[in-house]
Amino acid sequence: MIMPLLKGLGITLSHLFKKPVTLQYPDEMPEVAPRFRGLHALNISHDKAKCVACYLCPTVCPAKCIKVEAGEDENHNKYAAEYEIDMLRCIFCGYCVEACPVDAVRMTQTFELANYKRADFVFTKDRLLEKK
Amino acid sequence: MDTLILGLPVAYYIAMIAKVLVAFVFVLLTVAYATYAERKIIGHMQVRLGPMRTGWHGLLQPIADGLKLFFKEEIIPAQSSKFAFLVAPLVALIPAFISFAVIPFGETITIGGYQIPLQIAAVYDPAGDRVLDVNVGVLYILGMASLGVYGIVLAGWSSNSKYSLLGGLRSSAQMVSYELAAGLAIVSVFMLSESLSLQKIVADQAGFAWYAFKQPVAFIVFFICSLAEINRTPFDLPEAETELVSGFCTEYSSMKYAMFFMAEYANMVTVCAVTTTLFLGGWHGPAFLPGWIWFIIKVYFLIFVCMWIRATYPRYRYDQLMRLGWKFFLPLTLLNVVATGIVVTLLK
Ligand code: SF4
Ligand code: SF4
Repeated sequence: MIMPLLKGLGITLSHLFKKPVTLQYPDEMPEVAPRFRGLHALNISHDKAKCVACYLCPTVCPAKCIKVEAGEDENHNKYAAEYEIDMLRCIFCGYCVEACPVDAVRMTQTFELANYKRADFVFTKDRLLEKK
Repeated sequence: MDTLILGLPVAYYIAMIAKVLVAFVFVLLTVAYATYAERKIIGHMQVRLGPMRTGWHGLLQPIADGLKLFFKEEIIPAQSSKFAFLVAPLVALIPAFISFAVIPFGETITIGGYQIPLQIAAVYDPAGDRVLDVNVGVLYILGMASLGVYGIVLAGWSSNSKYSLLGGLRSSAQMVSYELAAGLAIVSVFMLSESLSLQKIVADQAGFAWYAFKQPVAFIVFFICSLAEINRTPFDLPEAETELVSGFCTEYSSMKYAMFFMAEYANMVTVCAVTTTLFLGGWHGPAFLPGWIWFIIKVYFLIFVCMWIRATYPRYRYDQLMRLGWKFFLPLTLLNVVATGIVVTLLK
């Protein structure tokens, strides 16, 4: 009965001298995995968002948080006049990325999404466009 | 300086007040930083860091905690028994501190021709060249320890909440049953010392003749029972958060809660000091350091052991706790007392 108790004490004592695994978060940033599913970004090609407003992503989205509105540009091409993702409802499943036929949407490694107002969690097209 | 007040010189009173202040401030600081040390030590034992962000490595944490508690809203439950509710934290806190009055924390020092024993309730008797202290010191400590129970019982009963009541009931049962074993463990010490005066008990242990070596069973049982008596993990049933919310202090907030918290840590410091005095030779140690430093080192080591135990063991179940106390420790200490008696008689 005594030996296991002493062994337990020994284990805790040995842990005392180990290097803590704590990450001092705001000072030290964690390294997220390369395929981490964070905030979305709309890919750009030829200075325009690649999205062709095919509605595949709002259809597949299990949280129903993507809103796309199609428009017609000067070349009579379909494009997303409006593209919004409500981050409060998004479950970061990545289905939208998988569904997109033209590789127009991807997920970034940004995970600090806290905000002060509910309205600020709705990411509009300009906020989603990838930063160059 | 030769004026006498109640038959004692004025210097005696000055020395007394100075000793009280020094000891009180020391215990208070230790209590404050014990909370910090506990979080740090347990943190590192769990491979975490513990508090890091208030001051350098979180050193200001106790102050921040104190300030926070001070500005919290004071809530007194409407259906509570007001007087008992208000008095309970004091009843818990004061005995924890006044036990220090009889603990010798250093050798007799000489200041300006006066011999001052480093023990609050003691005076140097120049006629007999000896230190006079409370000759029932151990009894006094045991008495104060049992007084502390009342604070918790009162708190549990007066809060008018079932969680508090159950917590209070548990702790009273626990404290009363472990007091017995702790008391019997002490009995085997003063069978050897033949005195209840702590000064004498410490003097007997000079030169590494520690009672911990002569009475290892009593030492371990006393330390464990003391942990149980002051509700430290693994015996912190009265506060079993998972089943009783916060036990007896569920309804307490603000400074009254802080008082229970302080009482808990002050009790820990006291128990460690008493264990040091009774079993670890008090302030005796190799001569290269003054006695009071040895005393502090020993007390801090025991406090570390308390935290170490807390980081290691899970909480006992209530029936296991009672079984351990009544069916294991009590017979063990009784046996120890009998064995000590036989050995002492045979050696005479
Ligand atoms: S990650 Fe999933 S939930 Fe979020 S927008 Fe894409 S499909 Fe919808
Ligand atoms: S699936 Fe791709 S192209 Fe289609 S609407 Fe969504 S982002 Fe645009």
